[in-house]
Amino acid sequence: MANLNINIGKLQLKNPVMTASGTFGYGTEYSDFIDISRIGGIIVKGTTLRSRQGNAYPRMAETPSGMLNAVGLQNKGVDYFINHIYPTVKVIDTNVIVNLSGSTLEDYIEAAEMLNDLDKLPGIELNISCPNVKEGGMAFGISCLSAAEVVREVRRVYKNDLMVKLSPNVTDISEIARAVEAEGADSVSLINTLLGMAIDSEKRKPILSTITGGLSGPAVKPIALRMVWEVAKAVKIPVVGMGGIMNAADAIEFMLAGASGVQIGTANFIDPTVTIKVIDGIDEYLNRHGYSSVIDIIGALEV
Amino acid sequence: MKKFMLDLIVTKNETLNDQYSLLILKSPEKLPEMFPGQFAEVRVDNSPTTFLRRPISINYIDYETNELWLLIQIVGEGTLKMCQVKVGETLNLLFPLGNSFSLPNQKNAKLLLIGGGVGIAPLLFLGAYLKDKDFECNFLLGGRSKDNLLQLREFEQFGNVFTTTEDGSHGERGFVTQHSLLKDSNFDYIYTCGPTPMMKAVASYAAKTNTFCEVSLENTMACGFGACLCCVTDTTEGHVCVCTEGPVFNITKLKWQI
Repeated sequence: MANLNINIGKLQLKNPVMTASGTFGYGTEYSDFIDISRIGGIIVKGTTLRSRQGNAYPRMAETPSGMLNAVGLQNKGVDYFINHIYPTVKVIDTNVIVNLSGSTLEDYIEAAEMLNDLDKLPGIELNISCPNVKEGGMAFGISCLSAAEVVREVRRVYKNDLMVKLSPNVTDISEIARAVEAEGADSVSLINTLLGMAIDSEKRKPILSTITGGLSGPAVKPIALRMVWEVAKAVKIPVVGMGGIMNAADAIEFMLAGASGVQIGTANFIDPTVTIKVIDGIDEYLNRHGYSSVIDIIGALEV
Repeated sequence: MKKFMLDLIVTKNETLNDQYSLLILKSPEKLPEMFPGQFAEVRVDNSPTTFLRRPISINYIDYETNELWLLIQIVGEGTLKMCQVKVGETLNLLFPLGNSFSLPNQKNAKLLLIGGGVGIAPLLFLGAYLKDKDFECNFLLGGRSKDNLLQLREFEQFGNVFTTTEDGSHGERGFVTQHSLLKDSNFDYIYTCGPTPMMKAVASYAAKTNTFCEVSLENTMACGFGACLCCVTDTTEGHVCVCTEGPVFNITKLKWQI
């Protein structure tokens, strides 16, 4: 058995496999199917300072090899997380990380301060890339200036691991990655969903209530791989790769492209046991290729 | 209630007509206890255009033979592929998912189960369950024509069956809510599943007559177990997931304009 341990920023993970925010609830939704403590890290549902009802139904459209979603960060707010969710998830023997989003800079700072007080929370994933909220979210992540500002301000108040989730809906994702690195991000995760659209031609109407939504699933994997490859060359901090990972081979491709860890998202909906299969599959790959540690395959792409 | 992911073996695939098929699936392991209204998320293999599982109501369950029935309406490529599965092949199911219909409080309650189209699927299971608990059921089933009335013989085993068709080819002509049964009798409990306009009409009747009424909703889902938050419906408690808080809702909880 190969060594799957990996440090990403300030996080110590038992393996490089994490779950992508918004696809794994608070983890407990999956505990009938798998031992969730085997996963390297669980990024819980996008959380905002105050509770949000999210967008109107319909929020989802199936697309070729993927899906569009427009959930719109439905959550009960950071207070609810601290008082009702945190007590149950802090006992899970893995890294439980909060994905934090906001509409204003002040919202991000206030929520990050509250989360900084949780001693069993190893880190947050700063979401500056949600395409499904009218204000904030992705607006912060599509310019270097605003991305730098929100990371700088949150870094001031948040002492544990700060992973910053980047939007692919930009001209040059490497520039944004460098900007957040310069402000003290411990790692970057990418990609969030790609802005997309689906239409019902019979009704001549958009399928989603919000008209546009975020595309995920295998359809986005080649784009995600390319972006991870570019960002890994552009920054010194670790990169966490995601976008359409359905199996161990997909995860390994992201690591070869330069990712120190991966997140699995949409695949959880189709196979709630996929995370465990990916962990076991990476181990099998390392053994088969004679690697003693998962670290050996990070950026090991031969070009 | 614990959820499972299992490969079930197809023991029967019966084409009911060009729109509907009945799949009977056998579990190699003992089937977990399930309740009427619950559903399964069925994985569709070998269909490149089908990415997500399909939520399908449990139509009937036979614990003695360890068999589960799924009534499938072909509405797109996913359900078409599902109906092309052959006896001996397997289907991968996540189940049992969602909540279930409430049992009546008193044994002599007058019950009406109203179904339309593929919405009759959970009502067969509900009828069988209620009969087993010594309740007397009345089924009111509607369809466009007699070809859309399914499983009538099965329903007759569990109670009195009334029908409507829009073209008058079976039972009374019209919609279920126009059936004379609703004018002549009072019911204590109404359970319904079918097209949304039909359920809203039933809910409107129930609200006017002050009758307990539960409806089973069918929203599009990505996961089926409360992780994706895609299948929400608007309720008096805000947006809730149809897959975990439903699919069965009391009409007083829904924000329907009825």
